[in-house]
Amino acid sequence: MGALFAADTLQGPKVAWFSLSPMLVLLAGALVLLLAASLTPAWPKRGYALFTAAVALAAGVMEVLLWYRIDHEGPATLVGDAIHLDKVGVWIGITLCVAVLMTALVTDEYLRREGLDGPELYVLYMLAALGGMVMSSANDLIVLFLGLEILSLALYVMAASHRKRIESQESGIKYFVLGGFSSAFFLYGVALVYGGSGSTNFTKIVAGFDANIDPSNEALVLAGIALLLVGLSFKVAAVPFHFWTPDVYQGAPTPVTAFMASAGKAAAFGAMLRVLLQALPQWRDDYRPAVWFIAVVTLVGGSVMAVVQTNVKRMLAFSSISHAGFILVGVEAAAHVGGPSLDDNTGVSSVLLYLLVYAVLVMGTFGVITAVGRTGDADTGLSGFRGLGKQKPALALGMTVLLLAQAGVPLTSGFVAKFAVIGAAVEVHSYAIALIAMVSAVIAAYLYLRIMISMWIAEPEAGDDAREPVRVPLLLGIAIGLSVAFTLVIGFFPGRLIDITP
Amino acid sequence: MIEFPILTLLVLVPAVGSLLVAVISKRQPDLVKVTALLTSVLTGGMALWVLFAFKSENADFQFVSQHDWIEPWGISWHLGVDGISLFLVVLTGVLFPLVIAGVDPHHDHKRYLSWMLLLEAGVMGSFISLDLFLFFVFFEIVLVPMYFLIGGWGYDNRVYAATKFFLFTMIGSAFMLVGIIATAVLAKAGEGGAVTFDLVKIAETASFAESTGRWLFFAFAVAFAVKVPLFPLHTWLPDAHTQAPTGGSVILAGVLLKMGTYGLLRFGVYLFPEAAVWARPLFLTLAVIGILWGAVAATMQTDLKRLVAYSSVAHLGFIVLGTFALTTTALVGSVFQNVAHGLSTGALFLMVGMISDRRHTREISKLKGLQKVAPVFAAAFTVIMLASIGVPGLNGFVGEFMILIGSFPTARWWVAVAATGVIFAALYLLWAYQRVFHGEPDDDNNDFAELKWKEGALLLPFIALIVFSGVFPKPMLSRIEPSVDKLLEHVQDHSDWEQPSPAEPVVPAEGEHESEEGEG
Repeated sequence: MGALFAADTLQGPKVAWFSLSPMLVLLAGALVLLLAASLTPAWPKRGYALFTAAVALAAGVMEVLLWYRIDHEGPATLVGDAIHLDKVGVWIGITLCVAVLMTALVTDEYLRREGLDGPELYVLYMLAALGGMVMSSANDLIVLFLGLEILSLALYVMAASHRKRIESQESGIKYFVLGGFSSAFFLYGVALVYGGSGSTNFTKIVAGFDANIDPSNEALVLAGIALLLVGLSFKVAAVPFHFWTPDVYQGAPTPVTAFMASAGKAAAFGAMLRVLLQALPQWRDDYRPAVWFIAVVTLVGGSVMAVVQTNVKRMLAFSSISHAGFILVGVEAAAHVGGPSLDDNTGVSSVLLYLLVYAVLVMGTFGVITAVGRTGDADTGLSGFRGLGKQKPALALGMTVLLLAQAGVPLTSGFVAKFAVIGAAVEVHSYAIALIAMVSAVIAAYLYLRIMISMWIAEPEAGDDAREPVRVPLLLGIAIGLSVAFTLVIGFFPGRLIDITP
Repeated sequence: MIEFPILTLLVLVPAVGSLLVAVISKRQPDLVKVTALLTSVLTGGMALWVLFAFKSENADFQFVSQHDWIEPWGISWHLGVDGISLFLVVLTGVLFPLVIAGVDPHHDHKRYLSWMLLLEAGVMGSFISLDLFLFFVFFEIVLVPMYFLIGGWGYDNRVYAATKFFLFTMIGSAFMLVGIIATAVLAKAGEGGAVTFDLVKIAETASFAESTGRWLFFAFAVAFAVKVPLFPLHTWLPDAHTQAPTGGSVILAGVLLKMGTYGLLRFGVYLFPEAAVWARPLFLTLAVIGILWGAVAATMQTDLKRLVAYSSVAHLGFIVLGTFALTTTALVGSVFQNVAHGLSTGALFLMVGMISDRRHTREISKLKGLQKVAPVFAAAFTVIMLASIGVPGLNGFVGEFMILIGSFPTARWWVAVAATGVIFAALYLLWAYQRVFHGEPDDDNNDFAELKWKEGALLLPFIALIVFSGVFPKPMLSRIEPSVDKLLEHVQDHSDWEQPSPAEPVVPAEGEHESEEGEG
């Protein structure tokens, strides 16, 4: 029985427009920009970026209003039980809005530098964020899949959007082929879970656990869970489904890489929490060992492989894999206590905190790489950073703060996030995974040290002076500044943020 | 009543100074130097004020300052000083201005000084924090400035050494972080209250199951064992010391290593007394191996700085031996030796730095006959070296003697072996002295410059303190002892540990005769 339609008469579901407002704002923003930009001559400098930033800000404000509404009226489901309105969804929505806003700032000068200025990329950012919101607040596997595809299709195009660089197109096609493959896994998983449990709706799957599932069908559900896990692991770039990550991150335009690492990850982990904890909590003892294993190989694999890279974008690709491992530690902890409700679960809180912190962090880091990469993203090797401490001390200092935060040094937001995740794991007595996570963080720290050595310590070499100078345009500078400020403020005074994390 | 937040200022003043130095324009090098020096002198002055205002017979934490910091996690800004940490605070306060005033980093003064002051803030914070989380923050933050100091201003192989230092210490910290969280979570579970990271609260009220406590103890101990460093985990130290700039070496040997020995006492023995007693044989053995290993390795070195670095491994072994002997005398000796080693080895590194600046080499085989051309320099080196060897009348003797005599009742055989380490110390240092300073100087060494006034002024406080605390250690011992007694009582209450003989007071009551140990 479909969720949207009653049996005899065709009757539209009741739509709570206000509760959907962030998504509608993003959708409207994307359509307006697409239409208006195609009907008018090229907008003045920074026009597209500022428009996008304004839309993201508006969507963010709507999310905040929804947050207060949930405070008063409690969580709800919308559109015929297809969409959740709860703090987890709103939190990830805010993370996505922040990501769009900052990516827009980073993208602006980048496009002009590359001679690619135009509205397309901005439209895609907004649509991708919309997809991310749908996916992370879905209450139905089909709806979740729709969101996932909106996000993914936008990301494929974004990755390939640098028309003048062959690497960008290569990265787009790689991502598309592998991503399509993983979507197929996910969809087959949806089908099997439906076959085993009789519904795609989370509420009904959970409610029907006792009634609908007979032992012969349980195998279907378990196989379905395995396939869902494969699909989601691909999206969050967990080992061993990570092979696309370094190539795509390296080839894609740097601002797009930033968007993938922040928004893409946030949405995918939101979906993972929904699927594992809200749709399938009764099987948590079955899939938790799988999550444990994926988390461990992701942590260790990501860190170890990061160390041997020489291209900074590749390094950060592997480091993002290692961060995904950390977040998975939080997911594993959440799966110890998770019921259909995501409230009062330290694991869930730690995941959400990590996602927000990491989104801002990685945005600033890739912002710096955008500047240092110079025209054509040509100089993203370690050597491109050589002497940055002398030429642009402020930029180098900002990067140092961001890298230390990624390494998890205290008094930065990165440490707070790691602390929360490890705390959640220890609270449910997952000591082994907590230790593995911390040790692999040390391995990963070596990679951040290498970048810092390049910036501050490495001797200049012949030809360094002939390089294009590093320029930090206004909007990019603002984005990096915001990111560094957030990193430090949360590092010193995380109390308030921890308090409000759902 | 709101007290003057002296301890908070001890951390904040250098931190703010570091920021100031960082933002002052590069075109005003003098202003940069003056700011840095004033900040560190002010911090040192406050540390001295703490020393004089400290109530010596009081065993509790003094100057306590406590404020909520991260409420949802039960983390507070909780600082305090007792006899165990007091002299480490003072040592930190005294060493930094001396290093900042006296050691020239040769380039990029602004960044160097900024990192130095940040380092001071971190070290100070580690010695006075009474909250597990806060301690970890300081303990870990220290890595960053030290990493940049070694990497930016060190010798040829500095990047390797700096990276090794950072990663080794961080591995230890990784275990400690999990340990800290587990301690807080389990302490809450036992108590049924809210999560707290407060050291005193956890130590006094929480009780852990036997095996749990031991696991937790080891999670902490690994971090400290790396920092000390204890025998199998010591390999980062010679590299870091040898490659670090002189100022970095002095700080590293003087105070940074003490964070390990201090941590073992404060967060090992105090927090998990039962486990510490249980793990005694292991730590005593590692300490003794460290003493011998460090001594033998030091003897074999061809690089003067590396030799001093290995001597640190040996000396720190004594401190750990005294810590785990768990008697009043040995513990007081350990705490005392922390400071003694900081002064004597710090000064040794200074002088090695001076040799290195003059001759651009530290190879023992290339140095010869310096005594002829620079007698005053040689004399200063002799005094400091003798303190490091532990010759009576200088502070090294007081600490080592108390450690050995105090450990004898509870760790007889370990002491028997460790005592040979004292002889080894004489061997490697005297032999090195003989090769470097005796004989006829060859052409390369003939124009070795004599000790300059400025260098003399820098060394003078070191030598004065070495001699003073060697001849008259009582003011220090009497401030250390009450806190040590209290710690031991805590250990005896929370485990089956008994101090063997009725412990006689280390320091005779007022009016009695001078302690014998001082004069030897």
